Amino acid sequence: MSEIETKETFASGEYKYGFVTDIEADEAPKGLNEDIIRFISAKKNEPEWMLEWRLKAYRWWTTRKEPRWALLDYPEIDYQDIRYYSAPKKMIDRFKNEDGEIDPEISKTFERLGIPLGEAKRLEGVAVDAVFDSVSVATSHQEMLEEMGIIFCPISEAIIKHPDLIKKYMGAVVPHTDNYFASLNSAVFTDGSFVYVPKGVKCPVELSTYFRINAQDTGQFERTLIIADEGAYVSYLEGCTAPMRDTNQLHAAVVELIAMDNAEIKYATIQNWYAGDEKGRGGIYNFVTKRGHCRGRKSKISWTQVEAGAAITWKYPSCILEGDGSTGEFYSVAVTNNRMQADTGTKMIHVGNNTKSTIVSKGISCDESVNTYRGLVQVVPGAKGCRNYSICDSMLVGDKCSANTVPYIEAEDSTAIIEHEATTSKISEDQLFYIKSRGIDEESAINLVVNGFCKDVFKKLPLEFAVEATKLLEIKLEGSIG
Amino acid sequence: MSEMPYFQIKNLHANVEDKLILKGLNLTINKGEVHALMGPNGSGKSTLACVIMGHPSYEVTAGEIFFKGENILEMDPEERAILGLFLAFQYPVAIPGVTVAKFLKSAVDAIAGEGGKVKPTEFLKELRDNMKYLEMDETFVNRYLNDGFSGGEKKRMEILQMLTLKPGLAVMDETDSGLDIDALKVVSKGVNRLVGPEFSVLVITHYERILRYIHPDHIHILIDGRIVMTGGRELVKELEEKGYDWVREKFGHEVLVG
Ligand SMILES: Nc1ncnc2c1ncn2[C@@H]1O[C@H](COP(=O)(O)OP(=O)(O)O)[C@@H](O)[C@H]1O
Ligand SMILES: [Mg+2]
Repeated sequence: MSEIETKETFASGEYKYGFVTDIEADEAPKGLNEDIIRFISAKKNEPEWMLEWRLKAYRWWTTRKEPRWALLDYPEIDYQDIRYYSAPKKMIDRFKNEDGEIDPEISKTFERLGIPLGEAKRLEGVAVDAVFDSVSVATSHQEMLEEMGIIFCPISEAIIKHPDLIKKYMGAVVPHTDNYFASLNSAVFTDGSFVYVPKGVKCPVELSTYFRINAQDTGQFERTLIIADEGAYVSYLEGCTAPMRDTNQLHAAVVELIAMDNAEIKYATIQNWYAGDEKGRGGIYNFVTKRGHCRGRKSKISWTQVEAGAAITWKYPSCILEGDGSTGEFYSVAVTNNRMQADTGTKMIHVGNNTKSTIVSKGISCDESVNTYRGLVQVVPGAKGCRNYSICDSMLVGDKCSANTVPYIEAEDSTAIIEHEATTSKISEDQLFYIKSRGIDEESAINLVVNGFCKDVFKKLPLEFAVEATKLLEIKLEGSIG
Repeated sequence: MSEMPYFQIKNLHANVEDKLILKGLNLTINKGEVHALMGPNGSGKSTLACVIMGHPSYEVTAGEIFFKGENILEMDPEERAILGLFLAFQYPVAIPGVTVAKFLKSAVDAIAGEGGKVKPTEFLKELRDNMKYLEMDETFVNRYLNDGFSGGEKKRMEILQMLTLKPGLAVMDETDSGLDIDALKVVSKGVNRLVGPEFSVLVITHYERILRYIHPDHIHILIDGRIVMTGGRELVKELEEKGYDWVREKFGHEVLVG
C-alpha cells in the first residue's frame, strides 16, 4: 500500500495538525499535545465524540502528577520523548494487501512468537487478535463468532461499528479520572480488543490478543473492553512481548471487564515484555490498570496473570463485587530477576451481599530484583456475609533480592470473614538434595520446586498457556542460580 | 590387577558441623549382596547414608568410596544417582506442587540421559504396575510428592521410587521405622522384588524386625562411627537377646575391620 493512500486517509479525517509536512504518514512525531491526540483519532477515523472523550482525558491528565507510592525506583519519565502512534510502514487497513493477506513480514514476526495468524495454522480453539505497535493486525475465527452473536474485534473497529456499546461501557469501570496512567491511556490509546458476548452465549473458543511493541521510542497504549451479558461466558488470553532495546519504553494499558447476572469472565495474561539487561538498562515500564466489575448477581470475574517481564511493573487487576453473590478471583505469579521491580497485586471491593473473593499470589525474586505484593480487600459497610481468602507466598532465589507483602484489609462490616496467609521461603538444601539424589541436576531441581510453588496459579491457565508459562519461568531462572 | 569390589568404603571419616561423626569406616558390598547395618540412635547411620549420596552438609575429611570402579566422592548427588546409587530417605522431603508422576518422570528421564527418554505411556504403565505391587492407591500419581503424606505413605513412596529407578545399589535408611506390620511386609516385598544378581542393598535399621522379611547375607554393627562387628544372620539373634550394650562392652572403642 502506498503513502499516498495513507495521506488521503488523514485528509478525510478531522486533522488539524501543524506538523504534517515532513512526517511519515504512519507515525506520529514524539511528544504529546492536543494535536497528537487529534492525529491519533484521525488515523483511526474516529467519530467526533471519541475525540472529545480523548481530549477530556488528556486535559485531566495534564493537571495530575505521576503516582510514586509503589515500591518502585525509576527515573523521571519524559512524556514528551515518547511516540504515541506508530503503525508498521507500507500498510494500512489492518495490514492486509490487495489480496486480503497479512504482510508476510508481520506474519513472520508473530509466527516467531508462536502466534500463527494464517487461517490454516491458527491455534486450535483460540481466536487471535494480534496488535503490532499501535494497530491490530489480524483477528481470526471471525465468522464463527459472528454467527453466535459474539463481537470480537479491534477496539478501533468497535468504535466505528458499535458506537452504542462503546459509549455505554468504555470508561464505565476505569473512568478517565481513575489514575494518572489510566487517563493517559484514555487520551492516547491506539488499539486493543473489544469483546461482547450476548445473553446466554458461552463463547466456545478462547479469545486471545497478542501485543507486540516493535518500534523504538514508542509507547503502547492498548485498551481492552470485555462485556459478558446475562448468563454469558468468555475466556480471554493476553500475551505480550517486545524486542530488546537499551532505552526504556512505556506501556500503559487499560482493561475493563463487565459481567452481568450469572455471567463469567476469565482473563489470563502472560506478560513477558523485555525486562532490561542484568545492569538494569532498558526494558518496558509497565503501568497497567485492569479492573473487572461484577455488576450482576452471581457473576464471576477471574484474573490469572504470569508477570515475567518488564523492568517496572505497576499493576493491580481488581474486582468490584457489586452483584449479590458475585465472585472475584486473582491468581498471580510474578517472577523478577536481574534488576526488575514488580509492585503488583489486586483489589477486591465487596459491595454486594454474600460476595466472595480469592487471592493467590506467588512472588519469586531472583538476583537483585524487588518483588512486592500489594493488595486491598475491602468490605463496604452494609455488605453482609462477604468472604475473602488470601494467600501470598514469596520465594527468594539468592541473597540480594527482596520480597515484600503489603496487604490492606478494610472490613467495615462485622459479618465479613477474611483470612489472610503469607509466607516467605527459600528453596531448602534438603529439598534440592532430595531431588538431586534422584538423578535430577540442580537447575532442573530448582525449576521443579519453583514450578511446584506456582502450581496453584498455573493450573488456572488454559493448557497451552500453562506450558508457555512453565517455559518462561525456566528461562527466567536460568543463570539466576548459584 | 585384582578386580575392584562393586562398592567399597575405605577408612571413611566425616564431619557434620565440625563434629567428627564417622571415624574410619570400612565396608565392602559385592554385586547382588544384601547387607544390613545396625546400630543405636546417634551412631552415625544416617550420616553414612547421606555421605554415600553426597549431601553437601557432610564433609568427608578422609577416606574413599568406590562404586563401579569410580571414586564417587568427587561426584554430585545427581551423578551418583545416574551411576546407579539410590537412597531411601529416613525423612523424605515434601515437594509441594510437584506430582508424583511428574517427579518420577523427570527422574527416570534424567537417569536415562539424552536419547534414552521413556515414552510417557510405558512409564505410566510401569508406574501403575509398581504401585499395585506396593498396594498403593492409583490416585497417588497425581498427589504432590510427600506433601501431607503419612509416615507410612512416605516410606512406600521411597520404595516406589526405588522400583522405578532400578538402582544398582540402594541404601535404605530406617525405612522400617514407624511402620506397622502390614506396611513393613509391603515395603519388604518391594525390596525383594529387586533383589537379584544385579542389585545390592544396604538396609540400615535400628531393629531386627525387618530382617525377618529381607534376608541379609551380612550384618554390620555400627557404634560411634565405626563398624565394630560383622557377621552372618546369627548376629541378629545375639543382638536381640543382649542389646547394643553387649557390643559396646565387648568392643569398647577398638576398631574391628569388617
Ligand atoms: N545435620 C546435622 N547437624 C548437626 N548434627 C548432626 C546432623 N546430622 C547428624 N548429626 C549428629 O551426628 C550424630 C549421628 O547422627 P545420625 O547419623 O543421624 O545417627 P543415626 O542415624 O545413627 O541415628 C548425632 O550425634 C547427630 O546429632
Ligand atoms: Mg538415622
